[in-house]
Amino acid sequence: MALLEVDQVTRRFGGIVALSDVSLELEEGTIGGLIGPNGAGKTTLFNVITRMYKADSGRVVFDGRNLLRVRPTRVIRAGVARTFQNVALFPSMTVLDNVLVGAHTRVRPFGDRTGKALARETLEALTLSPLADRVVAGLPFGTLKQIELARALVSRPRLLLLDEPAGGLNHEEVGELGGLIRRIRKDFDLTVFLVEHHMNLVMSVCDRVHVLNFGQKIAEGTPAEVRADPAVIQAYLGTDSAAA
Amino acid sequence: MIGLPRPLYTALKLAALAGVVAILAVLPRFMGEFRVGQFTFVGIYFIALLGLNILTGYSGQISLGHGAFMGIGAYVTAVLTLGRKGLVLFGHHPPHWLPLGDGMRPALTIPIALVVTGIVGLLFGMPALRLAGVSLALATFAVAVSLPTVAKRFEDVTGGGGGLSLPLPETPFGLHVSAPHWLYYEAWGCAAILFVVAWVLVRARVGRAWRAIRDGELAATASGVSPALYKTLAFGVSSAFAGVAGSLLAIQVAFVNPDTFPLSLSILLLASVVVGGLGSLSGVIVGALMLEFLPVYAQHPPLFGQSFSKQAPGVVFGVVLILIMFAVPAGAAGLLRRIVRPLTKPVPTVSD
Repeated sequence: MALLEVDQVTRRFGGIVALSDVSLELEEGTIGGLIGPNGAGKTTLFNVITRMYKADSGRVVFDGRNLLRVRPTRVIRAGVARTFQNVALFPSMTVLDNVLVGAHTRVRPFGDRTGKALARETLEALTLSPLADRVVAGLPFGTLKQIELARALVSRPRLLLLDEPAGGLNHEEVGELGGLIRRIRKDFDLTVFLVEHHMNLVMSVCDRVHVLNFGQKIAEGTPAEVRADPAVIQAYLGTDSAAA
Repeated sequence: MIGLPRPLYTALKLAALAGVVAILAVLPRFMGEFRVGQFTFVGIYFIALLGLNILTGYSGQISLGHGAFMGIGAYVTAVLTLGRKGLVLFGHHPPHWLPLGDGMRPALTIPIALVVTGIVGLLFGMPALRLAGVSLALATFAVAVSLPTVAKRFEDVTGGGGGLSLPLPETPFGLHVSAPHWLYYEAWGCAAILFVVAWVLVRARVGRAWRAIRDGELAATASGVSPALYKTLAFGVSSAFAGVAGSLLAIQVAFVNPDTFPLSLSILLLASVVVGGLGSLSGVIVGALMLEFLPVYAQHPPLFGQSFSKQAPGVVFGVVLILIMFAVPAGAAGLLRRIVRPLTKPVPTVSD
């Protein structure tokens, strides 16, 4: 059985249908990719899964449980953690405190030695330990993305949603990112679902790729299959260019 | 890495704290009773500002109604100190169902004021969840505006516009200190306890949750922090602190009426929290000193030999606030940090 099953999810914003009957499945332990042109509904789907947005209809079944009935603050307890497209850290707090907030549901209210140990362990895994006591504001963008990743990982999720992990990174950092994602999948025993525009990364790291266009799923398959799919090519290049 | 090793830094902080405590403990020996009274007020404001800083500085919610929360604490203390007998003696007719008791020692009403005001704060925090920023400020402002009217309306309990007079303060337990000194130590004793409470809270999970909500509500939610829960909690804790401050104020002046907690107090409290430094406990003492002494010195400036109009304190407060916003946006705590940091910065070594 799939770990995550998105079943005919629809979400409208006024007259715009951001997601139209989208269905997809993610097998446990795999890395899934979600691609599509700007405005295709990728982030909207992430927001529906993590309950930042309500779905108008459909189901999101995670580990046999309908997430759409779970409160937004309980999603992480269910085992789903995420990062954000534009990096949503707590800028005035230290790196360690940022990660500790990620461990909120695993930490006792007072005297949380175990939580601190968990946070430090996670920082160590991402080689962020030297920065633990630094305030987040002012750190380089690539580092911020790593801290955000640490904050998501500290809850020890089963499913990790990465919204454009390569966005804003330089060439070298993108090169390292693929290896990092594979490593954390193994070390943290994860299933990963990522939205990404950086095609080289998607093609090299993903087991399976799902393609959205104008809120509809237009293709699914291995990276090679998706790359060769005429519907996908048309979606990216546009009807006019395809005709020409 | 910048700064001292953590344990050393913490030790330094504790030493500074011990110094402040020592100064406050011996201070009354060196001044007259009037001055002692002024410093009692500093302690009272210190408590109110601690609470307001938790709400505004840590959880990021603005309250323009904290004077009113102080007022609630003050009325709780006044009514319970007098008791049913006392109220009847002053010609009031409190409803029979109210559990007023037969009058209590003022000091014992403080924890009750804390609980009652805390609950009121929690209840107020719930509707406030749907509001943020300016709307929330306005809603709390409405509390401050309406408290005097409510107090006047329920005059059977509150004494209406005439207020309630408490018995003059006296030293309990046969201690050999004068009443003003007793009140000073009572206020600063409460301040010390509540400072430790605030210190523990802001460093615990709840404190991190407050700061996380302030910095980014969406990311906090995704991390499992419920903005609704923690915002309400911040309101509850914050107004409980204000309730203790109000209670102590009622004991100190031995009188409460609707004008004891005017709108301007709420606004000055917020301004003082900003002056002290949002999201930092160490600056609160500076805000409290300013709240007590600036109005006095603004009206009768030292070395000037002339008094200004009664409006002067407000104007001076405003000017000081603007200057601080330009010079040290992080307030007194920020200034302190700016001075201390270069002194404690270690010389970089090769291994860095």
